[in-house]
Amino acid sequence: MFDLERWQEIFDTIRKNKLRTFLTGLSVASGIFILVILLGFGQGMQNGIANEFEQDAATSVWVWPGVTSKEFKGLNPGRSIQLKNENYESSLALFGDEVEYKSPRVFVRNVQVNYGKEALVYGIQGVSYDFQFIENAKMSEGRFLNYQDVVSTAKVAIIGNKIKHDVFNDVETPLGEFINISGVLFKIVGIFSEREDREEERIYIPVTAAQQVFNGGDRINNMSYTMPVTENFDEAVVQAVAFKENLQAHLQKAHTVAPDDTGAIHVWSALEEAKRYYSLTGNIKFFFWFVGICTIIAGVVGVSNIMLIVVKERTREIGIRKALGAKPWSIVGMILHESIFVTAISGFAGLIFSMGLLEIVGPYIEVDYILNPSVNFNVAISTVLVLIFAGAVAGFFPAWRAASIHTIEALKDE
Amino acid sequence: MIEIKDLHKSYKMGSNVLHVLKGINFSVKEGELVAIMGSSGSGKSTLLNILGMLDVADSGEYTLDGVPIKNLNETKAANYRNKFLGFIFQSFNLINYKSALENVALPLYYQRVPRKERQAKAMNYLEQVGLKEWSHHLPSELSGGQKQRVAIARAMVAEPKVLLADELTGALDSTTSYEVMDLIQKINDQGNTILVVTHEDDIAHMCKRIVYLKDGVIMKDEKVKQIKASAYV
Repeated sequence: MFDLERWQEIFDTIRKNKLRTFLTGLSVASGIFILVILLGFGQGMQNGIANEFEQDAATSVWVWPGVTSKEFKGLNPGRSIQLKNENYESSLALFGDEVEYKSPRVFVRNVQVNYGKEALVYGIQGVSYDFQFIENAKMSEGRFLNYQDVVSTAKVAIIGNKIKHDVFNDVETPLGEFINISGVLFKIVGIFSEREDREEERIYIPVTAAQQVFNGGDRINNMSYTMPVTENFDEAVVQAVAFKENLQAHLQKAHTVAPDDTGAIHVWSALEEAKRYYSLTGNIKFFFWFVGICTIIAGVVGVSNIMLIVVKERTREIGIRKALGAKPWSIVGMILHESIFVTAISGFAGLIFSMGLLEIVGPYIEVDYILNPSVNFNVAISTVLVLIFAGAVAGFFPAWRAASIHTIEALKDE
Repeated sequence: MIEIKDLHKSYKMGSNVLHVLKGINFSVKEGELVAIMGSSGSGKSTLLNILGMLDVADSGEYTLDGVPIKNLNETKAANYRNKFLGFIFQSFNLINYKSALENVALPLYYQRVPRKERQAKAMNYLEQVGLKEWSHHLPSELSGGQKQRVAIARAMVAEPKVLLADELTGALDSTTSYEVMDLIQKINDQGNTILVVTHEDDIAHMCKRIVYLKDGVIMKDEKVKQIKASAYV
């Protein structure tokens, strides 16, 4: 390894066989390049899906009503279910200990919203003070609704960041401004931002105000909860699923719905969904690994092939060297030394090039479900080492065979 | 220099056994120039390969410069080849991507001679065969005679005890053959021991002794009056 003479001999050989060296190197470098890019995109896809998923609190559970599809206790199918305040309150009475945050939600419809002379076409939702945490909304200015607002039916509103940019460009801050909702003035007390613009096109008002001012009675449109975060993911999923099933059973009973009529009252658990997502991204990652490993195998086969040809091509030279007094091991050593050197250099070149590309281009990739493709450096390094090792093993056998061919036979080789 | 006693060698060809050498006895003294003659199939190349330690005899004794050559493994054979023997082949067997100088220097690489010394020595031998100006040319840029002279320089560079030449003029026209033989005779005149395998009568008669092989045995072994190749050049 540290024999200077050997290095000189190898550099000589490489310098005088540029094409052969280049082709060997190219196959190794491209193998590594493809693998790293694939792994990078596998990771990017996982990042992307995780990102899509992080929009709402990861442990949230949502309830919204539907239409019955089964006859039950003399009631016809096709009946619309309407959630009421009492449903929300009884759910808290029964399962209040299990949840961390909770909020009912009322969609305020058929109202006109104005700011000064400008008409605003944004959805208005009556929610409770916990809703901020369920939606994962970040307050950029002011505050969210609080307990007092809800209890006192305060005429206050929280608007999304996008509304601020769309409508309130003329004022320094929308805080303290009033919007007119069907003749009732609401004071803006907070601005929130969300990951997606779509979710910033909302105006939140206290749920009590939404019901009392806009003729909502005790009707609510949906209910949402979050589960406390636990260390163990699987345990959290089990808890969430249990909560979801208990809640669904309770609501079905309260609304006289058949227990197996799942469309009448929807209960959706983000955790359960997350598990599906995680196993999906796990599968995607597995798929990319699979493809990557196949690429590596193809690379190994390619390197082996080239080594085989290189050794075959050099059989006569090996014979000459042996006739001149080269020992078998020195020939095997020389060929391996050269092949390891070439695969190592080109392998790392492929690695650096592909990682550089991911590093530079990765952050600019804006495609749904792909975010910041990157690759674990250790994984990449080990694949290069695997390829070098494979190249060495692949080179060893033909080299050994060539070195043990009878010198006369080797000299006859054309 | 070379002692051979009752040398036997046979090859298995499927179920047949081909007895190639059937008890060869012969010796070569230092400074001799011996031609081994015979038609193809007479066993002359096999004899040369055994002498060159490229092949192993089935039975018999072989002593080279007082060293008994037996129980050879590849590593040992390589060592002996490097120290004792220089080869000259019909097809030159130069490494095609190395220059004339590097080809000549190669045996010294396997003797672990430092690079500078290697090249100086190789240049010296190239000069002796009259190819100093061609030292940086690749074999493909040389004529047949020049290639063979490079091969002779390569065989000489490690200062072997014996030079073994296998049909060294086989690929050359007669004028070039005589030039090469002239060189061989000069090297012999310096005291080197040389064995030449050939089937050409005129080449054989440029040696000092001719051994006739037929069907694996020595038919005739005679000293001849050497014809100087320089007379034809």
